[in-house]
Amino acid sequence: MNDAILKVEHLSMKFGGLVAIGDLSFEARRGEITALIGPNGAGKTTVFNCITGFYKPTEGMITLTRRDGTAFLLERLPNHEIPARAKVARTFQNIRLFSGMTLLENLLVAQHNKLMKASGYTILGFLGTGTYRRASAESIELAKFWLEKADLIDRADDPAGDLPYGAQRRLEIARAMCTGPELLCLDEPAAGLNPRESLALNALLNDIKETTGTSILLIEHDMSVVMQISDHVVVLEYGRKISDGDPTFVKSDPRVIAAYLGVDDTEVTEVLVEVGDEQVIEELDAEPDRDHGPADSASMLAGAITDTVAHSDDLGERMTISPAASKARLVEASLHGVPIEGPPDDLTVIKGIGPVNQRKLNEHGITRFVQIATWTSEDIAAVEEYLEFDGRIKREDWVGQARRLIEAGKGGERK
Amino acid sequence: MAAVSVESGARETPVTKAVREALYAGVISFGLFVLFIGLRTDQNIRNELVLVQRWGLLAIVVFLVMVGRFIYVAFILPAIARRSAARAAAPTVVTEKGFVRRNLTSVAIVCLLVYPFAMIMLVGLQGSLKWVDNFGIQILIYVMLAWGLNIVVGLAGLLDLGYVAFYAVGAYAYALLGTQLGWSFWILLPAAGIMAAFWGVILGFPVLRLRGDYLAIVTLAFGEIIRLVLINWREVTNGSAGISGIPKVTFFGLFSFDVSAPNYIAKVFDLPTSGAYYKIFLYYLILGLCMLTAFVTIRLRRMPVGRAWEALREDEIACRSLGINTTTTKLTAFAIGAMFGGFAGSFFAARQGFVSPESFVFLESAIILAIVVLGGMGSLPGIAIAALVMIGGTEILRELQFLKRVFGPDFTPELYRMLLFGLAMVIVMVWKPRGFVGSREPTAFLHERKSVSAAFTKEGHG
Repeated sequence: MNDAILKVEHLSMKFGGLVAIGDLSFEARRGEITALIGPNGAGKTTVFNCITGFYKPTEGMITLTRRDGTAFLLERLPNHEIPARAKVARTFQNIRLFSGMTLLENLLVAQHNKLMKASGYTILGFLGTGTYRRASAESIELAKFWLEKADLIDRADDPAGDLPYGAQRRLEIARAMCTGPELLCLDEPAAGLNPRESLALNALLNDIKETTGTSILLIEHDMSVVMQISDHVVVLEYGRKISDGDPTFVKSDPRVIAAYLGVDDTEVTEVLVEVGDEQVIEELDAEPDRDHGPADSASMLAGAITDTVAHSDDLGERMTISPAASKARLVEASLHGVPIEGPPDDLTVIKGIGPVNQRKLNEHGITRFVQIATWTSEDIAAVEEYLEFDGRIKREDWVGQARRLIEAGKGGERK
Repeated sequence: MAAVSVESGARETPVTKAVREALYAGVISFGLFVLFIGLRTDQNIRNELVLVQRWGLLAIVVFLVMVGRFIYVAFILPAIARRSAARAAAPTVVTEKGFVRRNLTSVAIVCLLVYPFAMIMLVGLQGSLKWVDNFGIQILIYVMLAWGLNIVVGLAGLLDLGYVAFYAVGAYAYALLGTQLGWSFWILLPAAGIMAAFWGVILGFPVLRLRGDYLAIVTLAFGEIIRLVLINWREVTNGSAGISGIPKVTFFGLFSFDVSAPNYIAKVFDLPTSGAYYKIFLYYLILGLCMLTAFVTIRLRRMPVGRAWEALREDEIACRSLGINTTTTKLTAFAIGAMFGGFAGSFFAARQGFVSPESFVFLESAIILAIVVLGGMGSLPGIAIAALVMIGGTEILRELQFLKRVFGPDFTPELYRMLLFGLAMVIVMVWKPRGFVGSREPTAFLHERKSVSAAFTKEGHG
């Protein structure tokens, strides 16, 4: 079964002027462990809060399809109905247990809806009918099952607040599992765990996946956990998806390495110098209606700077983030073939590019023939718009000229 | 007291140290009291301000302070040190709990059941009236109210400062329907409960989104609104004059406690005429209502809804993440808490035979809440003890007539009721910050029932 259990489409979440998530789309497949990773402040928890109904997203659609085929639009369900009807359970980054209740009680509270129904909304249960007594015994059995899985059965009658940190994490997962979820959302389950506890957690998550077939969506900083257990990884940075694929693909994706693991500071500054400075930001800022598309946009002009600049819709105020914000973008530029060393090419060699246009292009980080040579038709359209041309680039065949110049060995060496 | 702690050498005996500390204490208390007690301004016959010197009284007070400090340092402190040392040295032996401790609930219920008869035997039929009514019934009403409020505050963690409103709704429901329609208490009791529960839900809706201080303020306002409506809606409630002539409760219609009625209990059973029968009957009635409240609370705590209340107190966000509808959970807590308030209210009206808005002032809410907090939120026995201490303690002040001989005939100990109430609260909160019974009994267990220490439970955010 490889159908999507959770489909997030064009999800945006804005807090005033701050764009926490911008047009995010991804899928989590049924029966798999999907990891959502990214540096601090990338909006991972916000995505979780949107999925589990704690936030109502500004835009976008979150579809959850249950095993029986019923689909729920999570952004339209009230908060408490998401776990109850759509069967999405979650844990929290800062553990939220019922610390004054025992472990067993914690797991019984999680089975509230089932028990409520069995107790005839308290009335039948109050009278002590058999249905409720049976349901109650069953719920204790289920709690015992998960306590054993989480290796907490010996402490079942202790208050949850008395447990060590790692055990609290496991208990929170066990509690979420007691709601009988189809999608389990874990917010940094390995945070603060020692390596041994972290291994136990991996085992528990794999066990959950194998025995119950529950799909897991996971936020994690601990790369060892992510790489070992996840089937699919989505990488966020500044509320945008920068990579999406299996762990090995993501691991080797330079954008991810830059964004998540970080590039050297010197490297960043070098790229920055090439890409642009404050003045460029202001210029670009003045342009209305810039493309805020997803990360792997083809346009080169939707370059490093504009995307880290968020526009607030309602007040027209601008929020600027420092040009160094998106490290992934800096690397993305180099992916288009920009060598980051050596002197820039003289673009005026290309027929049709005068000194003025060269300066304009340079301001955008376009300093090489290779960059022009790899322009797609979308890029050309964007550049035309930027330079206020109409079809001139195509007419004069800048791309072709650039290619010929490279072949003639006039362009800088590719890295 | 003025504690001057001086690091002393090991060779110093407690007595010499005590003497020295007593002297220090004497000096300090002299300094404190010389103007308070030693001198008093008074008017003489020509309206002149004169200074009355009371050196004798000052000497007595200073002497008492010195003696107190001496005894404390010389005898009490060493005794405490010896005891803690002995406790530390002794191996921890799990002592078997005594019979009374193990069967506390049963013992308490038996005591309550025989209490009226014990009183009749001790002080006679007429003499028992005061003890059954002022102590028994009065305390049990507060026990019931506090147990009702406990559902809202102690279990669900919603701070309700307007609980007396539901008490008032119950009382007026019985008073109005009983006098206007002549319905029996046994029909109106559940009716009053339902009406109070209805108002509980009405109050619940606007405050669902509020927490903490804001919730407290809105519930406080609700309590005041109900009282002001009772005062101003004269056509129905007869304003601040109140409603009188509320019918007495009958024993399920079998016999009545009305002297003029043909089936008056004394005539039926051939007993001497006395008002005590009705009081004893009311005592058992409120005892039964209290037992009902306790039974329902204990039962509900073990049901999903009760666990959801406690979970709501512990962490509301986690509750929502588990699919618990916090709206209905809060509303049921308000409704059931209010229902018991309504029961207690209709009982109150039946007992007094008269209700007026005077009985439902904010102070009542505050006292009920204080009992819940002092008893330990969520704990039924703790709350019962707190009600016994606070209400019984203030009632017993009326009995302390010998104090008049000490302080002169103008002294009325009842006036110091609130002072002592506050003092007791401060002492209990210092000594036991989570109330008499701070620990929580779990509602389910796998291996053994261990009570949860107060360090882990939360009070709720309102």
